[in-house]
Amino acid sequence: MANVHYVRGAMIEQLEPPAASSGAAGWVRQNLFSSPLNAILSVLSLALVYSVIAALIPWLISPTWQASSLSECREILEGASGACWGVIRERWLQLLFGFYPSELYWRVVLDFLLLIVAVAPVLFTGLPRKMLIFSALYPFLMPWLLWGGTVWGPVVAALGFGLGYLAHKLAKAALGGLAAMILAVLVPVIWWLFLAGPVSEAVASVLPLALEPVESRNFGGFMLSITIGVVAIAISLPIGIVLALGRQSNLFIVRSLSVGFIEFIRGVPLITLLFVASTLLNIFMPPGTDFDIILRVIIMVTLFASAYMAEVVRGGLAALPKGQYEAADALGLDFWLAQRLIIMPQALKISIPGIVSTFIGVFKDTTLVSIIGLLDPIGLSNSIRADQSWNGIVWELYGFIALMFFIFCFSMSRYSMFLERKLRTGHR
Amino acid sequence: MATLTDPRKESFRLGMLIYDTRYRSLTIQIIALFGFMVFAAWLINNTIYNLAAQGKSTGFGFLSDPAGYDINQRLLDYSSQSTHLRAAFIGLLNTLLVAAMGCITATVIGLFVGVLRLSNNWLVAKLMTVYVEMFRNVPVLLWIVFTMAILIETLPAPKDFRGDDPAASMVLFDTVAITNRGVYIPEPLFSRGLGDFPVMADRTSPACEVGEIGEIGDACGRFQVSLDLLAVLLVFGAGLYASNRIAHRAERIQNETGDRPTTWYLRLGVIILPTLALLIALGFHLGRPELKGFNFQDGVYLRNSLIALWLALSLYTAAFIAEIVRAGILAISSGQTEAAAALGLRSGRIMSLVILPQALRVIIPPLISQYLNLTKNSSLAIAVGYMDITGTLGGITMNQTGRELECVLLLMLVYLLISLSISAVMNWYNQRVKLVER
Repeated sequence: MANVHYVRGAMIEQLEPPAASSGAAGWVRQNLFSSPLNAILSVLSLALVYSVIAALIPWLISPTWQASSLSECREILEGASGACWGVIRERWLQLLFGFYPSELYWRVVLDFLLLIVAVAPVLFTGLPRKMLIFSALYPFLMPWLLWGGTVWGPVVAALGFGLGYLAHKLAKAALGGLAAMILAVLVPVIWWLFLAGPVSEAVASVLPLALEPVESRNFGGFMLSITIGVVAIAISLPIGIVLALGRQSNLFIVRSLSVGFIEFIRGVPLITLLFVASTLLNIFMPPGTDFDIILRVIIMVTLFASAYMAEVVRGGLAALPKGQYEAADALGLDFWLAQRLIIMPQALKISIPGIVSTFIGVFKDTTLVSIIGLLDPIGLSNSIRADQSWNGIVWELYGFIALMFFIFCFSMSRYSMFLERKLRTGHR
Repeated sequence: MATLTDPRKESFRLGMLIYDTRYRSLTIQIIALFGFMVFAAWLINNTIYNLAAQGKSTGFGFLSDPAGYDINQRLLDYSSQSTHLRAAFIGLLNTLLVAAMGCITATVIGLFVGVLRLSNNWLVAKLMTVYVEMFRNVPVLLWIVFTMAILIETLPAPKDFRGDDPAASMVLFDTVAITNRGVYIPEPLFSRGLGDFPVMADRTSPACEVGEIGEIGDACGRFQVSLDLLAVLLVFGAGLYASNRIAHRAERIQNETGDRPTTWYLRLGVIILPTLALLIALGFHLGRPELKGFNFQDGVYLRNSLIALWLALSLYTAAFIAEIVRAGILAISSGQTEAAAALGLRSGRIMSLVILPQALRVIIPPLISQYLNLTKNSSLAIAVGYMDITGTLGGITMNQTGRELECVLLLMLVYLLISLSISAVMNWYNQRVKLVER
């Protein structure tokens, strides 16, 4: 064979990419100045960002932490532009706790720390499963810590569930599944309606374990928003799932009732439902019942949230391929088993973004309670602005409240993205 | 002869109501219906008992009583002598006004932001993301009261406009005054106008007597229709229709001959010229707001409450609309663009004939539900004192008459009607654009 001299023995060194398309300069060129229009837009945006930052930084660093009124702030600043941080220093505890007695703040703080402990095993599956027992007990612990009063109230309420479980277990062996199911509902209801009150009073008279009671009108600030938001979120998800199943059901009456409820709630603004809570709910109840205003608000916000939740879950159910339902039937699963093992895990996974944005919506909507006179952060901001010494304050106060809401809502939306990534089992 | 497949003749047992699937669904439904009816009866019974105990009667008769309060922002004539029903109606118009204004601006801003978020300019895309996240994660009520506070505290007072060297001045060629009491914009006036036409007027009432300058009183009739506005709208609409016909004709000619006649100047002229001629004939001119005494006079006065509500609702909803628009554009696969290009379409035509119709199918349903949300959120007007229907019927009327049950029911009914009509439009649209599958 002839010698082939022109074949190179080794690869030549790769050339560096042209300077204009690599490194920082290349990035800037590609992402900011790729066309004349882009260049103009970039320059305009840079000017905007610069002017905002140039105005914001000196405003933020302003030596007014110790001021006790707006006029004092103006004296300190001597005409320069700057925030008046005194209002935050003076009122931040009020913005967080409302008029909750200051010596009892530890109860609220403990409550929300325990909330994190209770929610953690639900949110992060890596944690030990035993923690879920505490999550189950937390709903009874939370109102006791916040409102105070005797410990036996929540204890006997929790006991109702225990009794129901016990009745189901005993009756299933003796009487069969159906009777056990009926008893499991009937026994706790009878317990709560007739026995729980006297029993808790009797035990309390023997063993008076109680916290100092705090009245609802002392609740306020972010603590109120979080309380309403957390309870409404936690209860609206199961109700929403049931409503969604009802709406998908082929039983005509069940479907019509679900559709009627969902469309009615979604058709009216939350504020009208809060009017119902503040003026009408006590009229609907048997004479003599006097629901606490926060409880009434929670009921209406929960109903509101569950209608929206139902629509989100329905979207997930509808997006599930029909084959999944048929496969569940083919395996011989009954309705509830199929829902629990096959349908719901997938449908809920599909609807995670919608569920979380409903959560965020509910949390944001708790601010509406300020309109019916509860002192959530916005309600408090009105009274602070009406105060003689802080009259005329705007940016610092609303900026602080907005920042707090932003932190809560933004972290919720980030968590939903994390969850979506974690649960993504499809092959891509 | 009976075969094995024949169902056995079974006598009916009680247990079959639960264990036999033929009867079970019926049993469940009857129990559900029964439970619902018992619950409803219980609620109604409690309500009747409680109302009787409070000594309250029920009924909607109070709606025809004089309201006794003023509404500062109104589209129709109203005085404190008018009825509660009319107050509610004025409120409803205010709700619809702010909702319509909000929907238009929110769509424009949302479209703009949504497209820019997809821009390949890194800085612009990030700025738009900041905007969207900032508005989506903070309650709309906070934005409303925040905007209101900013307007009141930072804008110049009317007195700042006075003097030889005023601290503030009017903008847009001295026609718009932005003050901390509200915005004054020029008012369209007709020097040779046709006047107003009272609807459902009682001609014999003193309010309907023709005054010296040939005009009837404001209080004449249920409401008055401006004939000038009506004429302008009619001519404008006719122009639109004519322009549409011209486009159809061009289409037909293109289909027959393959050549599309140039029609843009014809279409534009047919819309603009007659309207312009009519405006000149009616003597159209703008009445500028002027500082007289302590405040501005003349011009259209937009109160702070309206401006704050409008701005906050628009910016808040625009953040959601931006996300919808972005998702809609991303949902169209790039294969569509490439296929259209392969057919030889120009880029403008690709957008209008291929991408947009498909993206709209994705965008419109959530967009309309955002409009619905905006309308419902406009009920937060009560926080800044804008007199919408929540402020009139659900606010002052309810507190004055003590008819909570009736007022809240009416209020819900009104919102429900608005929502249902918007949903009906949405369903109609969905039906129309739905992909026809197999």
